[in-house]
Amino acid sequence: MLLIHCPYCAEERPETEFAHAGEAHIERSTQMGELTDEGFANFFFYRDNTKGITYERWRHIHGCGRFFNAARDTVSDKFLVTYKAGEPKPDLSEIDNQTKAGAKS
Amino acid sequence: MRRFSGFAVAREAMRAHKGWEKQWDNPELKSSYDVIIIGAGGHGLATAYYLAKEHGITNVAVLEKGWLGGGNTGRNTTIIRSNYLFDESAGLYNHAVKLWEGLSQDLNYNVMFSQRGVMMMAHNVHDVQVFKRHVHANRLNGVDNEWLTPEQAKEYCPPLDISKSARYPVRGAALQRKGGTARHDAVAWGYARAAAARGVHIVQNCEVKGIRRGASGEVTGVETSRGFIGAKKVGVVAAGNTSHVMQMADVQMPLESYPLQALVSEPVKPCFPCVVMSNTVHAYISQSDKGELVIGAGTDQYTSYSQTGGLHVIQHTLDAICEIFPIFSRMKMLRSWGGIVDVTPDRSPIIAQTPVEGLYVNCGWGTGGFKATPGSGHVFAHTIANAAPHKFNEGYTMERFTSGRLIDEAAAAAVSH
Ligand SMILES: Cc1cc2nc3c(=O)[nH]c(=O)nc-3n(C[C@H](O)[C@H](O)[C@H](O)COP(=O)(O)OP(=O)(O)OC[C@H]3O[C@@H](n4cnc5c(N)ncnc54)[C@H](O)[C@@H]3O)c2cc1C
Repeated sequence: MLLIHCPYCAEERPETEFAHAGEAHIERSTQMGELTDEGFANFFFYRDNTKGITYERWRHIHGCGRFFNAARDTVSDKFLVTYKAGEPKPDLSEIDNQTKAGAKS
Repeated sequence: MRRFSGFAVAREAMRAHKGWEKQWDNPELKSSYDVIIIGAGGHGLATAYYLAKEHGITNVAVLEKGWLGGGNTGRNTTIIRSNYLFDESAGLYNHAVKLWEGLSQDLNYNVMFSQRGVMMMAHNVHDVQVFKRHVHANRLNGVDNEWLTPEQAKEYCPPLDISKSARYPVRGAALQRKGGTARHDAVAWGYARAAAARGVHIVQNCEVKGIRRGASGEVTGVETSRGFIGAKKVGVVAAGNTSHVMQMADVQMPLESYPLQALVSEPVKPCFPCVVMSNTVHAYISQSDKGELVIGAGTDQYTSYSQTGGLHVIQHTLDAICEIFPIFSRMKMLRSWGGIVDVTPDRSPIIAQTPVEGLYVNCGWGTGGFKATPGSGHVFAHTIANAAPHKFNEGYTMERFTSGRLIDEAAAAAVSH
């Protein structure tokens, strides 16, 4: 089971408190009606499914209830960092895996 | 290749079993092939076999980064059934069941296909309605499936607890008598042996690291851990790693890769006659011919390539198994493991040409592709040989996610194996 650091509660909690919510930073068009079929397929169905470091959404469903984002290595399942929804993708070159993240697996 | 037969067994018994040959060669890599298949799982090996057998294309290599059958083919719970809802699924999965029925003879290799029946239990009104709908849809498509009352279900599978006070009461079941199990390793080995006998090169410990393209974007070969290998056509059959491999050709896929776990118990005497699945409580179970109970869990919730999953996921499954079959509550579990399954949004596979000329993909089998192994290889070989789909995989394109013509078994079943 993963241990996940909720950036709102500022606590590391077991995975069973959280719901995974798919790839992060996928923008929903403000004009859905004008999206082409390809555009919609890309938004809705196509995913990077990265082998390596992925950016993903989690929801602390049995805690504060809020959505947040995480950078995680899908090969080792280790979290590099978690950050609040709406914040930009963090610069991972600045992140020291062990200390700053506060979230280990 | 010397054929297996009763006579051969008797002959070898007379001479201390010294005459058995290697099952397949470790061939010298050529600098190019007509077709390269990436991934020596059951689907990749079956594809190579049918390319050689049905289409006379024998200048084929199957490249495998690890060992043959070490992916999901060697990690699954071997349930075979074809009682999916939609017409496209009926065509494809029933095609596979028909091939399974003659497979041991065709390959001259015992894949231990056992049609012991697959019973899917209904625990609530919704299940009853959904399964009855499946039974009707299947029958219209000529697919074997029938509805059982709780008493009939218990008669078919005596360990079942059908008492009214059960935590998960059994309100009936859908039974596919033609469903069952097969020995997963034997499927990989049998296809490998039969393909190699027809000249196919099976190359293990050879990871594909890049896909090389020509001036007009067409595939010209693959970069591997053992150097460049040329090919006119490349078929990607890499299961959980498909997105990663397709990225080498700059093709994004409608796939997500998740861990899926299974476990086996200590072996016991035969006590469990069929396969039982419960989608609602998420548990499925059968007994292998060795005597182990083979139990499958659900996927973990996050994407991963780690081939491991969380303990709480298998615990949840065992809780459900013990509720439904109290006789198993003291069994010891021997081993558990995980595979990485490639899941499409509609839970149906993609068996198709890609936007890149010469590049083909067979993926998205997710949690339930073992059952389709022969059918999948058969129609994919046809697709590669003719650069056009077989009638059974016409609908299984990538474009369906743009056109909206989904084959939505996800909505139809919620769970699939
Ligand atoms: C726990 C579990 C239980 C399951 N239970 C069932 C079940 O009961 N019934 C059912 O029908 N299905 C089941 N499935 C699903 C089934 O196992 C798969 O759908 C099926 O085996 C896929 O076969 P494959 O040949 O496509 O993939 P695999 O057997 O995974 O083969 C793909 C191969 O590609 C190789 N590869 C990947 N990347 C590269 C590369 N870059 N270069 C070279 N080689 C590469 C891999 O090493 C692997 O050997 C289950 C799966 C799991 C994990």
